[in-house]
Amino acid sequence: MSIDARIADDQPDSFAFTRENEAEAKRIIAKYPKGRQASAVMPLLDLAQRQHDNWIPMKAIEMIAAKLDMAEIRVLEVATFYTMFNLKPVGTYFLQACTTTPCWLRGSDNMMRCIKDRYGISSGETSECGRFTLLEVECLGACVNAPILQVNDDFYEDLDYASTGALLDSLEAGSPLPVGSVTGRSGSEADGGATTLQELKPAE
Amino acid sequence: MPKLTVNGIEVEVEDGATVLHACEEAGVEIPRFCYHDRLSIAGNCRMCLVDMERAPKPIASCAMPAGEGMVIRTDTDRVTKAREGVMEFLLINHPLDCPICDQGGECDLQDQAMGYGFDSSRYEENKRAVEDKHMGPLISTTMTRCIHCTRCVRFATEVAGVPELGAIGRGESMEITTYLEKTLASELSANVIDLCPVGALTSKPYAFTARPWELNKTESVDVMDAVGSNIRVDSRGAQVLRVLPRLNEDINEEWISDKTRYAIDGLRRQRLDRPYVRGRDGKLAPVSWDDALGIVAARLKKAKPAAIAAITGDQCDAESMFALKRLFDKLGSGNIDCRQDGATIGGARAGYLFNSTIAGIDEADALLIIGSNPRIEAAVLNARIRRNWLATRLPVGVVGPQMDLTYDTETLGDDPAILADILSGKAKFAAKLKRAKKPMIIVGMGALARPDGAAILGKAHEIADTYGVVAGGWNGFNVLHTAAARVAGLDLGLTPGRGQMDVAGMYKAAEAGKLDIVWLQAADEIDADRLKDAFVIYQGHHGDRGAHIADVILPGAAYTEKDGIYLNTEGRVQYAGRATFPPGEAREDWTIIRALAGRMGINLGFDSLDELRTELSEIVPHFADQDEIKSARWAKFGGRGKISSTPVAAALDGFYMTCAVSRASETMGQCLMALQADLAQADQAQDAAE
Repeated sequence: MSIDARIADDQPDSFAFTRENEAEAKRIIAKYPKGRQASAVMPLLDLAQRQHDNWIPMKAIEMIAAKLDMAEIRVLEVATFYTMFNLKPVGTYFLQACTTTPCWLRGSDNMMRCIKDRYGISSGETSECGRFTLLEVECLGACVNAPILQVNDDFYEDLDYASTGALLDSLEAGSPLPVGSVTGRSGSEADGGATTLQELKPAE
Repeated sequence: MPKLTVNGIEVEVEDGATVLHACEEAGVEIPRFCYHDRLSIAGNCRMCLVDMERAPKPIASCAMPAGEGMVIRTDTDRVTKAREGVMEFLLINHPLDCPICDQGGECDLQDQAMGYGFDSSRYEENKRAVEDKHMGPLISTTMTRCIHCTRCVRFATEVAGVPELGAIGRGESMEITTYLEKTLASELSANVIDLCPVGALTSKPYAFTARPWELNKTESVDVMDAVGSNIRVDSRGAQVLRVLPRLNEDINEEWISDKTRYAIDGLRRQRLDRPYVRGRDGKLAPVSWDDALGIVAARLKKAKPAAIAAITGDQCDAESMFALKRLFDKLGSGNIDCRQDGATIGGARAGYLFNSTIAGIDEADALLIIGSNPRIEAAVLNARIRRNWLATRLPVGVVGPQMDLTYDTETLGDDPAILADILSGKAKFAAKLKRAKKPMIIVGMGALARPDGAAILGKAHEIADTYGVVAGGWNGFNVLHTAAARVAGLDLGLTPGRGQMDVAGMYKAAEAGKLDIVWLQAADEIDADRLKDAFVIYQGHHGDRGAHIADVILPGAAYTEKDGIYLNTEGRVQYAGRATFPPGEAREDWTIIRALAGRMGINLGFDSLDELRTELSEIVPHFADQDEIKSARWAKFGGRGKISSTPVAAALDGFYMTCAVSRASETMGQCLMALQADLAQADQAQDAAE
């Protein structure tokens, strides 16, 4: 996708952190040695994104650049490098579908097809209802439970066509399924339940 | 100093050198795109891969520090194959549009593809396409050709000091752009065109004009500022088509300013290409050389020596100034001045040279700038100050208006009284000067081109004495000129003696009706209105301020149209070559004066340029030492008088249009407009924010 298409045309005229976020930003910046405030650019972008409906307006980029004494283009470079930063509005549910090799081998195509069938959206698009935005992303780092769909901050794992549908149903209904594997397995234990270390009891 | 072997040749390199340096030391050429000697190391093009013993795979030689005992091979099959692989990847998304690309014929990618490219492509998918970006009136972009070496980004950030370029996105969607596609706000911006190894960034004014092999290349010297940047003038037929930098480590390294590069379209406009004489109707009418010289000769013969005067311009070559001075000597007049801005300099050479030399900036550890804005007066020199600041956080104090020099400065105020405070140690910056081992002072024309300039120069001399600016082989006292001709003019003694008229005196005499004739040799930075009552002879190349008040116009040659000697602000003697001939009936300047002298029956003592130069170097011997600087002995200079409280102002009111050539240049006009538009936009944004 070209860069222009990734940045919203309609931009707010201003952006400022809320009082709490301003304090939080101060705390984050203080973590880094003097003269190295630029290191705080990613947490601050994240903070701005969380405050602003899950997307970062250009005014926020300029504000963060001024705060960290960086050139605006440097902040924009970071914000465009990571797919996790949105530079234009996204739906209430921001779906990040992993299609890297392990997920793809385990059927991420089916997961993607389900989303496409329901909302007619491909990567980078938002559904007509405005509630779902899909983005194809690189490895989410949970290959053991592939395929993965990240919904806002949460991972849903072991998805196939049907379970993706069930997940989307639950999101539409406003009562999302429990986070984690949709097959019910705990963490990343084997498919048919634990096979080793069964004598160990979880600590009370 | 590590020793290593490259293809069986043992070489020893400096500490901190890279494997690539070692290979060059061994005489092995390494292909590269992203690596550049004067920029930080990026290591992202992967073209410089070499084999290192015991390394599992080829290494990027530009980013690998040379280590003791390394065994490097650049001639193995694996290296060739690796480079061919890199080249194939680079070409996957590079369009095959060399026939319509301005870089064709001088393109690194094209050249290296000859060595490492395949004859056909294995890639059958669609190539990516990238939207072109707006980078102002100088840089034309075709971003699809970009190979993401990031040289331009590093140049803007590191050398130019305007971090406005960046690489946004990643992987296949990476794009080089400025923030919100603003014009690159740098006086050095067009150097990214030279740096770009492909045709992504090319020259907008030169677009589709010529191929490199059609051009005549002439080595020359720039006269747009007093730095004396080494340039190559590329011409075809009678036209200068472009100017490129020539490498000179001591002056401009390999950069030139945008004005140096792009004011040349001004050489084609507003030219004086035949003699003119103002008729009885008050209008200039073309005449023959014979008539023009006849009128001038008759006038000069009639006039009293005390009532004739001459002002030489900022871009005159030493030869024409010398010829004019010789003519005036023979006429018995000493009313000749090369300081059209009224700068109160002259006398001891140490008082008007950049004594530390430009390369000396690298050694300075504290800098006091008095009345100069090096960013616009000497952009390339400013980049050197910035480099020192980047490396050592050089403390820089500025006496003058608030300005952004691309590095941190301490503005000490524009009241000249601060100089006394620095001298007495009362000003805070004095402590930094005191601590410094090699302190430097740069005095600019903003402080000297004013009535009390001599007193300010004197004060600066005192500061230099007090703070050890001149000590133990180090002379950090520098005058930064804005005029390329100034040092040569002062060395030649184009200053009036006691009882003779300087420029201010000429104004007064002209207004009082006591000045019969004034000869302007390409002098346009003058208050023309004040001279117009005199009979004005204008010898020059452009129909600018001087020509407007002229009674006789003797058309001369611009700097690309004559062989000439120029002394830069350091006093370095440089010979510029002629690239094209002057237009129409215009002539090289010294020949005009020679012809006039012949007409008047005066023997100037030379009949050819060689004879003139011999004569010149007999009077001022160092003019014969090409590329040398005759250093000046520390001496007394400057005055003692009262310094007025007038604020120290800038010597130039802008960068782009400062001389007859650049004022005639459309490109410079566009730059100025783009700058003003960006400033207006920034103002608006500021207003909106408030």
